[in-house]
Amino acid sequence: MSAPPTTLPNPIRPAFDTGTTEGSVIVNIGPSHPATHGTIQIVAELSGERVIRTDVHCGYLHRGFEKECESHTWHNLIPYVDRLNYCSALINDFAYCEAVEKLLGIEITPRARYLRTLLAEYSRIADHLTCIAAALMELGAMTAFLYLVTIRDYIYEHLADLTGARVTYSYGRIGGLAHDLPAGWLKRLEEILTEMDTFTGRVHGLVDRNRIFIDRMRDVGVISTAEAINWGFTGPILRSTGVPRDLRKDTPYLAYAELDFEVPVGIKGDNYDRYYVRMREIDESAHMIRQLVEMLPDGPLCVDDRRCTFPDKQLVYTEIESLINHFKLVMEGPQVPPGEVYSAQEGANGELGFYIVSVGGGVPWKVHCRSPSFVHMGGVHKMLDGYQLADIVPTFGSVNMIGGECDR
Amino acid sequence: MNTPANRPAPSGAFEYLTTKKDEFVGWARKFSLFPYPFVTACCAMEFMSVSSTLYDTDRFGAALPRFTPRQSDLLMVVGTVTHKQAPILKKVYEQMCEPKWVIAFGVCASSGGFYQNYAALPGIDKIIPVDLYIPGCPPRPEMVIDGIMKLQDKIAAERHPIINEKF
Amino acid sequence: MSAAVFEQVREHLGPVAQEATVAHGMLALLVEPPRVLDVVRTLRDQFGFDMFLDVTAVDWPEREPRFDVVWHFYSTRHFVRVRVKTRVPLADPTVDTLVSLYGSARYMERECHDMYGIRFRGNDDLRPILLYEGFEGHPLRKDYPKQKEQPLVPYRDVKP
Repeated sequence: MSAPPTTLPNPIRPAFDTGTTEGSVIVNIGPSHPATHGTIQIVAELSGERVIRTDVHCGYLHRGFEKECESHTWHNLIPYVDRLNYCSALINDFAYCEAVEKLLGIEITPRARYLRTLLAEYSRIADHLTCIAAALMELGAMTAFLYLVTIRDYIYEHLADLTGARVTYSYGRIGGLAHDLPAGWLKRLEEILTEMDTFTGRVHGLVDRNRIFIDRMRDVGVISTAEAINWGFTGPILRSTGVPRDLRKDTPYLAYAELDFEVPVGIKGDNYDRYYVRMREIDESAHMIRQLVEMLPDGPLCVDDRRCTFPDKQLVYTEIESLINHFKLVMEGPQVPPGEVYSAQEGANGELGFYIVSVGGGVPWKVHCRSPSFVHMGGVHKMLDGYQLADIVPTFGSVNMIGGECDR
Repeated sequence: MNTPANRPAPSGAFEYLTTKKDEFVGWARKFSLFPYPFVTACCAMEFMSVSSTLYDTDRFGAALPRFTPRQSDLLMVVGTVTHKQAPILKKVYEQMCEPKWVIAFGVCASSGGFYQNYAALPGIDKIIPVDLYIPGCPPRPEMVIDGIMKLQDKIAAERHPIINEKF
Repeated sequence: MSAAVFEQVREHLGPVAQEATVAHGMLALLVEPPRVLDVVRTLRDQFGFDMFLDVTAVDWPEREPRFDVVWHFYSTRHFVRVRVKTRVPLADPTVDTLVSLYGSARYMERECHDMYGIRFRGNDDLRPILLYEGFEGHPLRKDYPKQKEQPLVPYRDVKP
């Protein structure tokens, strides 16, 4: 029926293949493993159940994002940008668009600014829901997983009403957004947020003071603030160590300066704190969304700049200038002046930065994504070494490594 | 494979018995699929959605993932497979026992998607045989369920030799 | 506040750097390759740039020296970022490693080496991280064709 198995090449070279202590065993975890989110390989040296050292290998989802970007126009690579952190795809869109807008020197309209903030927080909620649901499922709490994924499904359907897609939206545009909100969207938003409060309340009730959960998550995967900064951790992981470092507060962008929100911090930097920081961030994001719904101004969505915004379809069909403008934007791409910029936003995992180099023209010279997950993979061994083999699963789940973002 | 059009017409008691046995075994196999979710990328989000409450694969008997290839019969390759991951996929496929089926979930697994470059494998059928392709980036859960139902039809129509290749 | 920090950095490191410009809210320093480690150490110890964000390279095939190696740093005290750039030729694309200053440099330098072939003197672990063992070439260089695949598993004959 099938051919006899052939010898397959090993794509990696582990850092160690002999143990340091007597009787230690070297075990390979992954890369096709449910707990390593499918794309991370951990070569662990174990002494009994205790992990002595680990060697984390990523790159199994390296899809050549940067090389692809160099052969597409500035607009055409927005779908590639989406698929970096696919759990919160809108944040990637907006971070990239903001970087290009800095190079172009345009400022987006107030409506676009508030709407981007609202959708970024909405995406952040979806990402945190996914992370917590997966982490809890890997501990065995299937009910919590099903609760949170149900809400996430409502969010996906809701965003599909707006953008046309459930998971990877390609909704951000250079200069604004693709199109405006449909009727009734904000009303449904409030319904979803209310239902989400109920469900997260249930998950809190199931898990927060659960003896088994506390035993598995408290004092496991501890990292201190100094170590976290040395190893480049940002986002919820850094906040769980006790420092309120959040780009939305420290270097406000979009509409965050006008919002009233707290930055939740942990106490010890262990798994339990990371879980709790994310749950509290979901509440804070919902609070921010409710404020933004009140503050959302009317007005045009996209900035009226011929260099990047597509003209109105009626004009394209009737006026020759708009037709040529549309044609050039589609075929050659927006002409971005030469220069380089690094622009970062607070992604769901930490500092998501884009370093863009332009030589003028419609195609970028270089687009580099500074992804938080990749940097975290460099430091995650600090959280794994010294703990048990079974602790690798919740620790890894609490780090929220997203393969698309890590390997790009 | 032996689709109904190619199957020789039953012409006797033995063939009648074989057909009925195939129908029965096909029915049992199609409603008790044990998927091995070989999950890599964004399609995982839709895989999680389709396994959850709103669109449920448990209705089709395909809910319980077995996270070891030795115990599963449906390999769902969810997401982009890169050249680095290809030996892993081949090894997992070879570790599964017959009968086994492969679903290419998502357009990256079917054809490489829009990652036509040095890193991504242009479709997993370059290294393993695929029974069902579900396009979409990522596919909606309804498409996945439609795909699983089509796979079930395919399994029902297949031959299922149990004792030897004739019966 | 950021302008004050940039002024201080410019005053202190201006003589050492070839160029120091502020653009899009960030100070960019262009230094020569041998001075990079000292400049970064000064930035970290004296000016509080305690978080190493990223290292990457830009390929300018028409220019000599060919590669720009670019580092970004962030200060969790002053909330500003700074960019340090240097230029290295194709014949000897070597710079000093920052592993002694920041732990996160390990993986990021491996990625830069993978993609561009930049060698980091002092980092003894430059195994491929995003690519695999056996991959020849450095894909993000402009002369590497995008679609040149190097499959690990030979393709089978696909019968429709």
